[in-house]
Amino acid sequence: MRFGVIRFPGSCDEVDALLAARRAGEAVILWHSDRDLHGVDAVIVPGGFSYGDYLRAGAIARFAPVMEEVTEFAHAGGIVLGICNGFQVLCEAGLLPGALLPNTSLKFVFRQVDLEVVRTDTPFTRACGDRHRLSIPVKHTTGRFYAPDQQLRQLESDGQVLLRYAPGHNPNGSLRDIAGVCNEAGNVFGLMPHPEHAVDPLTGSTDGLLLFESIRAHVGDGVTV
Amino acid sequence: MVTASSRDSRHRELGLTDSEYDLIVDRLGREPGDTELAMLSLMWSEHCAYKHSRKLLRRLPTEGPFVLMGPGENAGVVDVGGGLGVAFKVESHNHPSAVEPFQGAATGVGGILRDVFAVGARPIAVLDSLRFGEPATSERSRYLLERAVAGIGHYGNSIGVPTVGGEIYFEASYDQNCLINAMCLGLAPQERLIRSAAAGPGNLLVLLGALTGRDGIGGASVLASAELGEGDAAKRPSVQIGDPFAEKKLLECCLELLESELLVSLQDLGAAGLTSSSSEMASKGGVGLDIDVARVPLREPGLEPFEIMVSESQERMLCVVEPAHVDDVIAVCERWETLATPIGTVNDSGRLRVLSGDSVAADLPVSILVDDCPLYELEPAPPARPLYRASPPALTGEESAAETLLALLASPNIASRRPVFEQYDPVVQSRTVRRPEQADAAVLALPGGGAIAVSIDGNGRRVACDPRAGAIEAVFECAANLACVGATALGLTNCLNFGNPEKPHVAWQMVEAVAGIADACEALAVPVVGGNVSLYNEAPAGPIFPTPVIGMVGRLPDAARAGRLGFARAGDLIAIAGPFEPSAVGSELGKLLGREPAGELPPMDMQAVRDAHDSVRLKVNAGALQNAHDIAEGGLAVALAECCIAGRVGATVRLPEGVDPFAEALGCAFVVSGAPEALEGLTIIGRVGGDRLELEGRLNLAVSDLREARERGLSGYV
Repeated sequence: MRFGVIRFPGSCDEVDALLAARRAGEAVILWHSDRDLHGVDAVIVPGGFSYGDYLRAGAIARFAPVMEEVTEFAHAGGIVLGICNGFQVLCEAGLLPGALLPNTSLKFVFRQVDLEVVRTDTPFTRACGDRHRLSIPVKHTTGRFYAPDQQLRQLESDGQVLLRYAPGHNPNGSLRDIAGVCNEAGNVFGLMPHPEHAVDPLTGSTDGLLLFESIRAHVGDGVTV
Repeated sequence: MVTASSRDSRHRELGLTDSEYDLIVDRLGREPGDTELAMLSLMWSEHCAYKHSRKLLRRLPTEGPFVLMGPGENAGVVDVGGGLGVAFKVESHNHPSAVEPFQGAATGVGGILRDVFAVGARPIAVLDSLRFGEPATSERSRYLLERAVAGIGHYGNSIGVPTVGGEIYFEASYDQNCLINAMCLGLAPQERLIRSAAAGPGNLLVLLGALTGRDGIGGASVLASAELGEGDAAKRPSVQIGDPFAEKKLLECCLELLESELLVSLQDLGAAGLTSSSSEMASKGGVGLDIDVARVPLREPGLEPFEIMVSESQERMLCVVEPAHVDDVIAVCERWETLATPIGTVNDSGRLRVLSGDSVAADLPVSILVDDCPLYELEPAPPARPLYRASPPALTGEESAAETLLALLASPNIASRRPVFEQYDPVVQSRTVRRPEQADAAVLALPGGGAIAVSIDGNGRRVACDPRAGAIEAVFECAANLACVGATALGLTNCLNFGNPEKPHVAWQMVEAVAGIADACEALAVPVVGGNVSLYNEAPAGPIFPTPVIGMVGRLPDAARAGRLGFARAGDLIAIAGPFEPSAVGSELGKLLGREPAGELPPMDMQAVRDAHDSVRLKVNAGALQNAHDIAEGGLAVALAECCIAGRVGATVRLPEGVDPFAEALGCAFVVSGAPEALEGLTIIGRVGGDRLELEGRLNLAVSDLREARERGLSGYV
């Protein structure tokens, strides 16, 4: 299987995502102005500061030509993973519910946090098996997940919350400790923590690799388009 | 001859002395025009010409077996094996940060990043060395700290370069004049390294990156080469504004241009903007340049030629391109949404001509800009009495050892830097093997299983006490940090932060400290590959502590065996490695007790200490040690507490006879732990285990209490 990792001007973690994805499958870089996904099986919208985060995090990137293709791919059931800035872009693009607001500290925060896996029967978490707690770093200024009350209840009851910060580990004031949510159809997932920075015992934990392996297993089953 | 006395004082406002002005008139055989005078005043400033330090710097050893590029290029480069080079340099941005800390610190990072990618290396790590006044009592210092840290994070985080380490000290002498030194490391295949010498008459000079505006006019002369004083708020327009997004695109663009072999040479635009970058490129290449300022893309209309030539607008680079490659260069830049504008040509005239359309705004020999600034002899004299006052006492000396240790752990100079480093991304680029608080040095993996290690250090209080010994300690402290992770030092960069060099006692501090650095470099066989000097760090209350900051880079064979600072295994023995004869002079406890920062530091047997470093390094390389941590501020007790906190485990220790647990000697000895056979020949002092730190007969504290004290020290300030 092949991952495609988008590179916007200002992306920072696209090479990290590429290297992480290559531990699970093949992976290529997709250029922001290219209206072509080159037949990849899953798209990763990576972390960083696309367009400098000017105006509002993710607000400009969502208008990049490649995002039209990503939107079409997502609507057709394609697997899309948004990490940090990618999560923000997907929210701005309307592919994911809710919004990311500035951290309650109003400061950038880097921290290795523990996450609770809420569901392990999804394309993004199925490889977690009985691993219900993951250690993965966060690093962002604008990561406080917000949605109106009614939508939050809906997200919970529909099982769209896939990852939560473990008690005491919420770094940004996210409502209900939400760290990652998927869309209603379950094929688009965004999270603030950086699984691509938790794939190698030399540089930290390897828990993040489970997310990439989940996607590979899912795509390998031929469930996607 | 026309002399300064017959003219107005325009040159003085620009920072030139009357005799310097006379020299210019003499060399030119005429009076300089407005644009020429603006250019010369910057090139002849302390910041650009090193006129009070250049002779002194000749004392530093610059050659070694691993040096690929030494001082004089945008950054020094050392060979790290596997066909790769690591470029690195530290630079100050002190005065801009004292005036506007967020942008001052941010553009300090931006500037040092450009220095590194100007030699063709991808920036892979940033470290910062910061100095502020006392956070507990100085609102200004809290403001400077909070905004400078935010500025560093703003730039480094959003450009995708990890901030992997650094150091901060708080002392009253930095209250008005904070220090912001930023160090950057870059990685490049050796064949991709590029120099800045312009070459090839007929080739084109192409300006890359941001629009040129009025920001930073006179930054190098007005701000960086004079003491701080009243009215500095009015100098805020001299501080540049950073745009990390523009620099991120510029960085990727330059690296792609180099990979495609489209450039003859490359140089960043820093202090004194186009003037210094173009004249230095011309000087190194022995060529002349014609620059047409009318072609420079401007942020606003109506800039005078002199403003365009001296603007310090950020995120710009200058390159020399063969005519046949210009279209390709512009195409790559368009892809990265980066401006590329041919603004001039290389010729063999040896002159820098500034044209504005059809008129000539300046026509100067390159040599007068780059070589002719007079170099001044320092007139050193030791001060008649101590220069720096004692801090108000925080302790009486009646406290128990336990109370003293907790107070030291909570003191801002020793406390956890977590509130600071949590604002920086240390992991982007997926190389970071040791993050802050995991080891004494940052460790970054290289392809092929090896790694590089980097550390930055410089305790100004100890240099204030004893400039030569304090500077020696700073170099050894860095080397000790590298030894703790198992790295062999390859080279160092330094940033020499001092007060006004025209004052004899400051000159004395400089001469002594540089001699100390040179001695230590020779003893350790580590060359200086580049650096920066920042003088006039004075406020009306007096000079800063003399603060030579050392950044050292080393290599270790096996990234997987990089050392850690925390105790790891209950039951391990604990030992001291290295000659350790500490004293109370210049110690953190001395400061808390209200003692004056004065007196001689303990003498160091440099050869014996080097042997100890080598021994620890080899044991770490062999995987024999469970931890290694150098004994520094706060002495042995603090070092042990730090090992316990990092390892989340306790220890029981019997202090060696006659060792004061809080006395200091930096860079000479280590706390190590491991199996008994690994510690053979070392002084065994205790054993790892439990959840308390016990120094027999002195103190017994829960590790959780140690941690709490250490976490408390800086919280609330950043």
